[in-house]
Amino acid sequence: MKKLAIIPAYNEERIIVSVIDEIKGFDESIDILIINDASTDRTGQVAAACGRAIVINLPCNLGIGGAVQTGFKYAARYGYDIAFQYDGDGQHIASEISKLVRPLELHEAEVVIGSRFCTSHNGFKSTLVRRIGIKIFKIVNSLLVRQWICDNTSGFRAYNKRAIQFLSSNYPGDYPEPEAVILLGRNGFRMVEVFTEMRERPEGYSSITAFKAVYYMIKVLLAIFMCALRPKIVKE
Amino acid sequence: MPGFIQSDRVQWIGIIFSLLYIVIILVLIHRKKIKEEYSLLWLFSGLVFLIISIWVKALHYFSFLIGIAYPPAALFLIMLIAVILILIHYSMVVSKMSDQIKTLVQEQGLLKMEVDRLRAEKNRAGNQQKTVNKGKRPAAG
Repeated sequence: MKKLAIIPAYNEERIIVSVIDEIKGFDESIDILIINDASTDRTGQVAAACGRAIVINLPCNLGIGGAVQTGFKYAARYGYDIAFQYDGDGQHIASEISKLVRPLELHEAEVVIGSRFCTSHNGFKSTLVRRIGIKIFKIVNSLLVRQWICDNTSGFRAYNKRAIQFLSSNYPGDYPEPEAVILLGRNGFRMVEVFTEMRERPEGYSSITAFKAVYYMIKVLLAIFMCALRPKIVKE
Repeated sequence: MPGFIQSDRVQWIGIIFSLLYIVIILVLIHRKKIKEEYSLLWLFSGLVFLIISIWVKALHYFSFLIGIAYPPAALFLIMLIAVILILIHYSMVVSKMSDQIKTLVQEQGLLKMEVDRLRAEKNRAGNQQKTVNKGKRPAAG
């Protein structure tokens, strides 16, 4: 099965090569696609120079959603069977990819979400605001897709061919993760959540600072409800 | 009610400015400074202002209908509604454009990567050709 790692990167020049090396060290057969979202540092050059990744340099900053969607478009065009989203800041652990990909290989699911807190066992710490936000998403999303999804904000996800095809033309823009859960759930994609270990962010900051948290919550909740009210895109 | 807007002077000014406004919009369309689809709301609001200036009683009927005692206030309301409609329309246009720009940026990124890849492959093929030729030369000579 052809596998692609989609890595959106914005100003990650210091860590991007070690992220690439970690994935290649785990599985040489995985193709790595770096989407350099108009970084102001040398992320694109550094990633291209190591010669182990495909690099797409976007001419202007699209935000995480637009960058990841570029990856889905690439995966759809080049016929990948599995694509997974992987953060460019080094918070994901390459050896956890196998957990993420296994349900797809066994055809148990079409979308796999790598969750930081699926079980009680976890090393995840976060701020109070983020924890509250995550809880709200958990309740709202679980009601709307009628499936218990614990970690709606995780960016560690894997998709099969049908999901890749779908997302390449339908993917939300800013803060896309919680909305994507609804979009996929409402369109009849089978989702599972697996527990995956994650690191504390070794470098860079979360895309969500406390200051933006309220705006983020309102925007995403509005997007989620609108998404739930829209008719299905996939015809069965 | 002895006239607020019944005064001839105000009516004439209203008619002249409404016409001027419509003409300006039409000229801008003619010069391709505004696209037709973005000018319809402007033209429509201009038409409403013109109708109100010519047929002042309409404003009085309208304000009576919705319970506004002071007809010029109804005029402000109508203008405000027109401006809000146009602004909402602009939000729609901006959203559509940002979607289109997103798609363009993505396509451009993908294409650039493909061009670079093809160029690199071509160079590599060219270099291989050279080394093959180099290898052959002593045998031929």
